[in-house]
Amino acid sequence: MKSSDTAALCHTANEIRKDIIRMLTEAGSGHPGGSLSATDILTALYFKLMRHDPKNPKWPDRDRVVLSKGHGAPALYAALAHAGYFPKEWLMTLRKLDSPLQGHPDMRRLPGIEASTGSLGQGLSIGVGIALAGKLDKKDYRTYVILSDGELNEGQTWEAATFAAHHKLNHLIGILDYNKFQLDGAVKDVLDMEPMVDKWKAFGWEVFEIDGHDMTAIVEVLLKAQQVKGKPSIIVAHTVKGKGVSFMEHNNHFHGVAPTKEEAERALKELEEKGK
Amino acid sequence: MALEKKLGPATRDSYGKALAELGKTHSNIVVLDGDLSKSTKTDSFAKAFPERFFNVGIAEANMAGMAAGLASSGKIPFISSFACFIMCKAYDQLRMAVAFPELNVKVVASHGGISVGEDGASQQSIEDFALALTLPNFVVVVPADDVSARALVPQMADHPGPAYMRTGRPKAPIIYPEGSKVTLGKGNLLREGKDLTIFAVGLLVFEALAAADELHKKGIEAAVCDLHTIKPIDRDLIKEQAQKTGAAVTCEEHQIYGGLGSVVARVISEEAPVPMEFVAIRDTYAESGDPNQLMDRYGLTAPNIVMACQRVLKRKKKS
Repeated sequence: MKSSDTAALCHTANEIRKDIIRMLTEAGSGHPGGSLSATDILTALYFKLMRHDPKNPKWPDRDRVVLSKGHGAPALYAALAHAGYFPKEWLMTLRKLDSPLQGHPDMRRLPGIEASTGSLGQGLSIGVGIALAGKLDKKDYRTYVILSDGELNEGQTWEAATFAAHHKLNHLIGILDYNKFQLDGAVKDVLDMEPMVDKWKAFGWEVFEIDGHDMTAIVEVLLKAQQVKGKPSIIVAHTVKGKGVSFMEHNNHFHGVAPTKEEAERALKELEEKGK
Repeated sequence: MALEKKLGPATRDSYGKALAELGKTHSNIVVLDGDLSKSTKTDSFAKAFPERFFNVGIAEANMAGMAAGLASSGKIPFISSFACFIMCKAYDQLRMAVAFPELNVKVVASHGGISVGEDGASQQSIEDFALALTLPNFVVVVPADDVSARALVPQMADHPGPAYMRTGRPKAPIIYPEGSKVTLGKGNLLREGKDLTIFAVGLLVFEALAAADELHKKGIEAAVCDLHTIKPIDRDLIKEQAQKTGAAVTCEEHQIYGGLGSVVARVISEEAPVPMEFVAIRDTYAESGDPNQLMDRYGLTAPNIVMACQRVLKRKKKS
């Protein structure tokens, strides 16, 4: 990837982060930490890797993204708005009555949403179903499922992982936003999911491990995952909860609490500086 | 008018047959089963269309989630397991991934009720109507016999949106002659009667007809309706019958809370209040045993319906 491409993607990710802060502050509730940790991954997908057409969101040959960690919705909404799925003005209606931007993704209300999520642990199964339909229809679209580390506590994820490997769904790519925190604290303290890489390997998946904020690495690893034959792939992306805003990084207070107006101003100022 | 008890295929067999037939005309039907295909009878579809059948293993939650993904990609997934397993183990998936986005997923669950028999309470579903009925956007269907099951499966496939069908394990008494009209959402008045109306589903439809025969001998004329579609319920038929006969009894092989009785009682109290009695399982789990003995033990046979009818008639006279 050209360095100018990387710079452009980083710029877009920074703009998305600013929108996440603005949306959540306006809404007065929501999940900043897990939105900011998934931002670079979503940016790489929508602005570099995916085959999609924002003007034709139901295009049968499109690549699909399932945001299994539905509470990261603000990041997905901002990415979709920047990509042109709907007007950016809609972002400020997040969580308000009649808004298509529900607290968690609702596929009936908003173009570009591939699955209604918010009950953790379900997205990988939905992604398996989408990928299986593609295989039956001999289509070559790819299905990307964005998972959180906490939601891997749910047994359903591992049912889906087993099926995907058994049926060699190589057009299914999981991306784990491994920010190391869940609501009640550090994943290692609540319910340790390590050894993460070995678990997925044991389930028959091709596993890649990257820094989930290194844009070049994200793009390169996804290009590699696209070439994998005979099995699904998972990208274990080490991320930072609250990434991009100094006082939110590694701070689990911002798991499910929106910034105050003052915090938002500080956050936006930091992001403005980074964007220069 | 004497009723002859002639056993036909179990409704799970009828489902299997109808599904395999449907596969010929509906190339977008995909069938998933949770390692029970020999029991739910999806094995006939699996044999006819192996490329469109997937055994997901003993993993109901994943099965329901996968069905959502298949449906959002243009397929019509039919997913099958035992009623207690698919409805209880995959309830959140049916709620979030299927009902909420109104996806075109068909859940057909066998081994409904206590007529499962010897396997005992863990395999007997007595809560599935209530669970399915509370899911917004779901259609809920309970066929009584072979002809009605085979008529309803294709209608369920062509209905856009989520649907639940309960089938049964034992052979089902024949209610409908071959070629009878059974329409999704429309109850069938099987027997006219002026004194009261019995509303029934599943195996209890035959018991209701047998009870009506018995009551006739005592000079009581009971109408009998098969309400095979519990949701959307046939309001017009219930209203008309309540007004015409002035008393109602509901019969179901299900927990008394939240099933057919609750739905009919609501419609009757909204449209035409009349005294009612309820034949159902009285807030308990059953046990192992011969299916016929179990149905008798838990109050789900014709003599119990006769008694309920007599009780409701006493209240009708007083009111």
